[in-house]
Amino acid sequence: MKTKSLKAQNNSLSKTEKQLEILANGIFKDGSLPTFKKKIASNNLPPIRPKKLEILQINVGYMCNQVCAHCHVDAGPDRKEIMTYKTMEQILKVIKNTKIRTIDLTGGAPEMHPEFRWFVEELRKTDVEEIIVRSNLTILLANKKYNDLPAFFAKHKVHVISSLPFYKREKTDRQRGNGVFESSIKALQMLNKVGYGVLESDLQLDLVYNPSGAFLPGNQAALETDFKKALFEDFGVKFNQLFTITNLPISRFLDYLIASENYEEYMHTLVDAFNPSALENVMCTNTLSVSWEGFLFDCDFNQMLNLKVDIPSRHISEFNQDELKNRFIILSQHCYGCTAGAGSSCQGSIA
Amino acid sequence: MKKNYYQPEDLKKFGSISEWNEDLGAKFFDYYNSVFEEGSLTNREKSLIALAVSHVVQCPYCIDAYTKDCLQRGIVKEDMMEAVHVGAAIKAGAALVHGVQMMNRHDQLSM
Repeated sequence: MKTKSLKAQNNSLSKTEKQLEILANGIFKDGSLPTFKKKIASNNLPPIRPKKLEILQINVGYMCNQVCAHCHVDAGPDRKEIMTYKTMEQILKVIKNTKIRTIDLTGGAPEMHPEFRWFVEELRKTDVEEIIVRSNLTILLANKKYNDLPAFFAKHKVHVISSLPFYKREKTDRQRGNGVFESSIKALQMLNKVGYGVLESDLQLDLVYNPSGAFLPGNQAALETDFKKALFEDFGVKFNQLFTITNLPISRFLDYLIASENYEEYMHTLVDAFNPSALENVMCTNTLSVSWEGFLFDCDFNQMLNLKVDIPSRHISEFNQDELKNRFIILSQHCYGCTAGAGSSCQGSIA
Repeated sequence: MKKNYYQPEDLKKFGSISEWNEDLGAKFFDYYNSVFEEGSLTNREKSLIALAVSHVVQCPYCIDAYTKDCLQRGIVKEDMMEAVHVGAAIKAGAALVHGVQMMNRHDQLSM
């Protein structure tokens, strides 16, 4: 298992230009497969346009205590990118002046940001209905200073969404690192203990499943049943929903696909599974992504490819709702990941 | 002409068999898809049966397809290998049970 980010390894795929070049060339240039734009047009579907902005997904930085093999952020302990206090204040100002329903905090491990707790407390003072924290679980046990996070989450009614690739040790550790499964189970038990995921409580704990390899996720409801049964029987762990998320061919997962000679087959799989009905609900239609530097993106994946929103006001400090509402979404071949099969988003399947 | 009888990329062209006989092709795919819909057996059970049979009939395309299908359904490799053994055991049994025919014939022909 690699313990360094692609960036720290000086891997050429840490450059967004290189990733975009791969996605634009090869099988998409020689006509073996249609580009995403062509696929939409050939199905007589209109271009993707934003609907009502409901979710602001904020990436507070790329540092993380884990180095997962599929991470599209290329996060890890060696990443130092971090959101400034000033940018957080700018975000809070925007939230106070808009009707955004949900704030979705992600990273890296968002809990590692020194201002994380302050930021959550300030967000709670606004009118947003829901605050999501995407927690990798192991952070709760990584250091004593994080051990009381479950109580903090509960106090502020944070909706916790956590990655757990599988309900058995082997697949989880292979994707996320040795010992991750055991720590994740302990963390889930800590969250259950303060009321998360328990039937009579309103503290929401959802899990994210993404395939440990070059294949699509299966049926979300069927996998949720398997996860619930296995986690409860083996560890007494409860949770609310399981979200299946397709791995998109960027960053570390793209590196894996190429190194394992699965890239072309995986792209064929994604294209063959193109589902027009998923297109209607792709997350770029109701979500906006903010980077640690405060720039705006159509989604977290476009953020990692440095494809900023296609409007003049691209920074949170110049947030312009009219421009954003009328923008066109920036597309590339990675977008096939969100429209394959039952579709995929940060809230799971969409079709 | 390709030098190998089996080409991995041919699996993707399976649907093209209908081009030379649309009626029968459509009937086959309709039947095939109906078989794999969830019924009294779950999709998971059907996927494991298909994987085992793929090995028994030694179809590389089917093995490709149903290994991937099992992975997508969250079926673990231990379950997949057990299914393959079930298929292999039946195949071995089918060979060995003919041993009785051999014994019968032997005894009939022998003094």
